[in-house]
Amino acid sequence: MQTKTTKTFYLIPYYVWIVLFVVAPIALIAYYSFFDLSGNFTLDNYLNFFTSVYLKLTLSSFWYAFLITFFTLVIAYPTAYLLTKTRHKQLWLLLIIIPSWINLLLKTYAFIGIFGLYGPVNAFLNVFGFGETQILFTDFSFVFVAVYIFIPFMILPIFNSLDKLNPSLIDASRDLGASSWTTFSKVILPLTINGVKAGIQAVFIPSLSLFMITRLIAGNKVITLGTAIEQQFLVTQNWGMGSTIAVFLIIFMVIIMIITGQRDKGANSNGKNK
Amino acid sequence: MSDNTIIRFENVTKSYDAETTVLNNINLELERGKFYTLLGPSGCGKTTILRLIAGFMQPTSGSIYFNGKLINNVPANERQVNTVFQDYALFPHLNVFENVAFGLRIKKLGKKEIEQKVIEALKFVNLVGYEKREIAEMSGGQRQRVAIARAIVNDPEIILLDEPLSALDLKLRSEMQYELRELQQRLGKTFIFVTHDQEEALAMSDEIFVLNEGEIEQSGTPMDIYDEPINRYVADFIGESNIVSGTMVADFRVKIGGKEFECVDQGLNPNEKVDIVIRPEDLEITAVEKGKMKVKVDTQLFRGVHYELSTYDDEGNEWLVHSTKKADVGEFIGLDFDPEAIHVMRLNETEEEFDKRLESYGEDAYAN
Repeated sequence: MQTKTTKTFYLIPYYVWIVLFVVAPIALIAYYSFFDLSGNFTLDNYLNFFTSVYLKLTLSSFWYAFLITFFTLVIAYPTAYLLTKTRHKQLWLLLIIIPSWINLLLKTYAFIGIFGLYGPVNAFLNVFGFGETQILFTDFSFVFVAVYIFIPFMILPIFNSLDKLNPSLIDASRDLGASSWTTFSKVILPLTINGVKAGIQAVFIPSLSLFMITRLIAGNKVITLGTAIEQQFLVTQNWGMGSTIAVFLIIFMVIIMIITGQRDKGANSNGKNK
Repeated sequence: MSDNTIIRFENVTKSYDAETTVLNNINLELERGKFYTLLGPSGCGKTTILRLIAGFMQPTSGSIYFNGKLINNVPANERQVNTVFQDYALFPHLNVFENVAFGLRIKKLGKKEIEQKVIEALKFVNLVGYEKREIAEMSGGQRQRVAIARAIVNDPEIILLDEPLSALDLKLRSEMQYELRELQQRLGKTFIFVTHDQEEALAMSDEIFVLNEGEIEQSGTPMDIYDEPINRYVADFIGESNIVSGTMVADFRVKIGGKEFECVDQGLNPNEKVDIVIRPEDLEITAVEKGKMKVKVDTQLFRGVHYELSTYDDEGNEWLVHSTKKADVGEFIGLDFDPEAIHVMRLNETEEEFDKRLESYGEDAYAN
């Protein structure tokens, strides 16, 4: 039998973790956001955030996160669908997941080589008579690499929800006169929407605060909330403003979590009998 | 082929690869407005026939006609056929109303018309008042009814039912048997019902197709099939039966285990080896000296409506007896039966030959 004290005992690591790595950092960020450069209490940071510089930055951050999420979804959904139809689906899935185990920085450096002026892509373009093309440090290369990195995180939840879908529901839809497209939009998509939402969460939220890929691939031509925070802390040494941006970033994340949250409507079972 | 034919299979074969043939050269004709049952054990191909009619798969060879038109390549969504699935396949993200309305919305009917038709369909299956319920909140029997309503609301020419009662408990199952039969008669639609349950098949059908390993063994009314099974397989599958080997001595005389009995079969070769079926309820317990056969009671079970006795004759053949009379275990009893109770089955007879033979009796038997 578990007594109340042993239960509390088991909860200690959890609480320690939460306090040290969740509550404390957030509290510190919130605290620092109320101080200016010389250490005086102020609300100016928050007022500053609503100036055009930061609003533009927020907007561009959202725009890039949207682009990344959109392309990831467009590639991941059909891929996940095909995967569920293959014979060795777990193996194929594993092959897609494996690259995500490799360090992000390594993969990003690899792309610098691939997209560089003397890299294979330029060599390939040369064959068709294109001269040396600047691919690195463009919007395209930034979005491309980010999509590449995030694809497994989108495929996995969508694959799981598609895999759980009862195939006789698709038969039923066809039987009732629905075309392939109607079957997709009225049956398959609504029943896998939770997987899509989970995938969007896993891609959109981290995309908002990307800064490493932004730095290495986009060469600071793309400025997102993530790079702005980094610059405020490390370059300008304005911890107050950096914290304020971080506070807004957290607020945005919470809002996105709420919007893409799971809604229960009997759809969790995906129609498969347990 | 009559004008009333709605579905016709012509030499239909379905195989997945060179080795696995699910259906082997099936020929059948279904008439409008009847209740058909495809009966057989799992893996006999009955569900495959249903899926071919629904359009979920195409035959490997042969032709399927619907109202005289070849439909081999017509996709499922363009066929006037609706299915009640084994697991019901109701859409879990839609409520009862929307599930039933699914097909109507695809046809883009007006809002009023949809509402009226859905309510009417729900009335048919006694589910008025459940429109707003989620599927997860419905019981097994209710889901079953929603599935039926979802099929009939589209006014299809044929309704296919894929073992729809197998997930229900016994009491609900027999209730639904009555309801389905009644529903079919009220609607006047063609129902094609797939089951492995012979009682279900006998109770509901106008005509039964008994299938075995991708072939039709026998088709006919429930009475025909029960009373005149074509072979050992059908006799064994449809109800409890005593099946023994025998020899046709002459017309109307059959020899079972050294004893000769009077029967109603004729036209077979003298001394032809045959299989004999006698249904357990056709055997009557009587005194040893009055009986046509002397057997020893081995076990006795009380089945509620009747006793089920397992008895053995001197040759060691087992005879199952259903009787309202009781006997004692170990006791010798006599068994009496009418000549009509003996059903003679020729070995390896095709359905055509079998039907011809039965018809020839009819002329003789009913002439005098």
